[in-house]
Amino acid sequence: MAALITHSPILIIAIPLAAAFLTPLIGMASKKARNALVVVSLTFVVFLVFALARDVVINGIHVYTLGAASPDLSIPTGFMVPVRIILEVDGMSAFFGIIWAIVSLAAAIYSLSHIASETGQTRFYTLLLLMVTGGFGMMFTGDLFNLFVFLEIASISGGALIAFRTKFADTQEGGFKYIVVSAIAGLMVLFATGILYAQYNSLNIAFLAQAIQDNYTALDTIALALLLIAFAMKTGMVPLHLWFPDAYSVAPASITGMLVITSHACMYAAFRVCFTLYGGMPDAPVVGWILIVIGLLTMFVGVTMAVFQKDVMRFMSYHAISQLGYMWLGVGVGLAVLGNPALVNPGGWGREAVSGGIFHILNHAMYKPLLFFTGGALFHYTGTRDLTKMGGLAHKMKWTTILYIIGTLSISGIPPLNGFSSKILIYESVYQFHPILTITGIVVSILTLASFTKAFHSAFMGAELPEYKGVKEVPRSMLIAMGILAAGIVFITLFPSLIVDSTIHPAADALIHQETYITAVMGVAP
Amino acid sequence: MLSKIVRTVTNEFMPVIIVFGLYIIAHGHLTPGGGFQGGAVIVSGVVMLLVAFNHQEVKKVLRERLLSIMESTGALIFIGLAFAGIGTAFFHNLLVGSPIFGRIPATGPNPGDIWTGGVIPLMNFAVGLKVAAGLTAVVLALALFSSGEEIEE
Amino acid sequence: MAHIPLNFPFLAAALLVGVSLYIIIFKKNLIKLIMGITMMASGVNLFLVALGYRAGGGAPIYTGTPEETMVLPVPQALTLTSIVINVAVLALMLTMAIHIYRHTGSLDSKKSRKLKG
Repeated sequence: MAALITHSPILIIAIPLAAAFLTPLIGMASKKARNALVVVSLTFVVFLVFALARDVVINGIHVYTLGAASPDLSIPTGFMVPVRIILEVDGMSAFFGIIWAIVSLAAAIYSLSHIASETGQTRFYTLLLLMVTGGFGMMFTGDLFNLFVFLEIASISGGALIAFRTKFADTQEGGFKYIVVSAIAGLMVLFATGILYAQYNSLNIAFLAQAIQDNYTALDTIALALLLIAFAMKTGMVPLHLWFPDAYSVAPASITGMLVITSHACMYAAFRVCFTLYGGMPDAPVVGWILIVIGLLTMFVGVTMAVFQKDVMRFMSYHAISQLGYMWLGVGVGLAVLGNPALVNPGGWGREAVSGGIFHILNHAMYKPLLFFTGGALFHYTGTRDLTKMGGLAHKMKWTTILYIIGTLSISGIPPLNGFSSKILIYESVYQFHPILTITGIVVSILTLASFTKAFHSAFMGAELPEYKGVKEVPRSMLIAMGILAAGIVFITLFPSLIVDSTIHPAADALIHQETYITAVMGVAP
Repeated sequence: MLSKIVRTVTNEFMPVIIVFGLYIIAHGHLTPGGGFQGGAVIVSGVVMLLVAFNHQEVKKVLRERLLSIMESTGALIFIGLAFAGIGTAFFHNLLVGSPIFGRIPATGPNPGDIWTGGVIPLMNFAVGLKVAAGLTAVVLALALFSSGEEIEE
Repeated sequence: MAHIPLNFPFLAAALLVGVSLYIIIFKKNLIKLIMGITMMASGVNLFLVALGYRAGGGAPIYTGTPEETMVLPVPQALTLTSIVINVAVLALMLTMAIHIYRHTGSLDSKKSRKLKG
């Protein structure tokens, strides 16, 4: 068991990769065996991620060196710099890993019946497992070039999956836009990696963080701007968000859930760059203010564009954009006060702002895929995504209605559900920075609740329409997948302080204190 | 389908191209080259076949099921070799010192010894197999698109 | 050999990236857009290989370099990986362009605006 935890960072990345390439071979023999392989491998990965997260919270940062004489030998004897590919799992990576594992398992179980009538299902599962590998690689890696490679793996698989239903034209258009944006973002990350390698002769994040602290030049600012814009472009910040609703509305519903957490993973990469790589630079408050302005714009534009949408998935994707603004806001406030030790140590409101932003990521990853899955359930039997054509579906789809209500109450921040817990944390801490930010957040919450109520009324309420007589409740595997996420929401609702103390505060502390990240690889304190 | 001269020359050239591609894959740890480069050279031979012959003829020889099996096998061999050293660490080069590919290379300019490198030449073969199969499938799909057909499941 | 200024490869890479950004923003044909992205990838690859150059260095082959110094080998490995990734992206973009052409009959990006608002 201890050996399993020692090797778990690379096992978590390698098991979905091996399963992705076993799937075509087994799929030629039997379909049920292939479905079983997908679900079993993702369940095993969930178990490993929880074991690793518990180990990281108890024992500190977990470093794994590929190909060395022993896994934690990051600098070989007699050398001064780390030379191999190093995976480094701290509180923040473990936290994101938990989110990724749970939502991937739910998406895979949901796909078992959602795409059961399509051709090419073997390729769907291969691409889904490759996307899972890409995400885990992005979260656990310790150097910049691996970040680029796994980002591209996740983007290419995601783009191919968006365009999976080739008999419609709008899926191809959405997938094309996604691939173009991802390719440009990836090339910008590669350019910035080249700039940093040319200056400091290393790709390792810990080594670069220490070197940037010592001598900081103008080229590093260019690299920071490129990295931040590239990752923020992939998460869908305003004004580069125009591709986001197009890609999210046409994908199969389980893939839309995976795309939500892919944008979270790119947000993780942006935080890793801002806090850990560039934490020691003198201009941190400027970057913090930029993140705050991005957050405000994103929240506001997202919710105002969502109010008049007719397509249910498009409407939910605009709300996803606006919720992402909350996370930028919370973490931006934390970055802006990073230089003030009284505010970022335990008890200060800077740390609470970062914790609020991170907690909102967890809650969003629970209720947003749930809402997208209910949208897919609405599409599954009615065949349309248009809200004006739907009506009276609450009579037949009772479980879907209940799950949609849970999702709506969470996203609007109604107490006591989990959305309220993270939003109150953000409101209270951001208020002390500047009151206008809290007021904007509350207004956006009210508009969110209004638009979701309107959608609920038009899709579920009302008399039964004659053209939907054949509609019945969705298949069991889709309900199980939505149930996993709803169970997560209920768990966070009942035990918010347990969740915050055991996972959120270690993640926030791991972000704020970059010295622990550097010493885990470099050995001696700088 | 092009003229008889082109088809005959293509038939004569194809083994030469495949051998050249295999040479680039096999010597990847000594000279510039390796898995992807050698695989791409082999695929350029397949493209030559597609241009010279009718793509129906090529599709009869290179069936889609065979390409899928080759591709998955190449990837699984790669991951299997990476897992083989898990006793020490993932990707540990466990064949250094053993009789297969295990010699230590001499320093300074020298002609190069092919039996060095450990696990790396074997991984080169696995990657070359995967890239050849994968890019052949891509090229065949794009060629079949141009005539209006589609690859069936 | 004529006197080429030492940062000529970097100027060429910047020119490639600049022209491809113009193409991506202003051209409407889907194939031209794909060509623009491929050209930008070539510009970034050129930048990566050029930053590894050391004056008077030879090729970084362990058993075959007679000179005293080698150029940096790591950016060449990064470039190779980037080329492989861009081949995959190019194949995927071309496939989607073919599907869009089949469904809508034209490669104009303004005509395939089914998703609006």
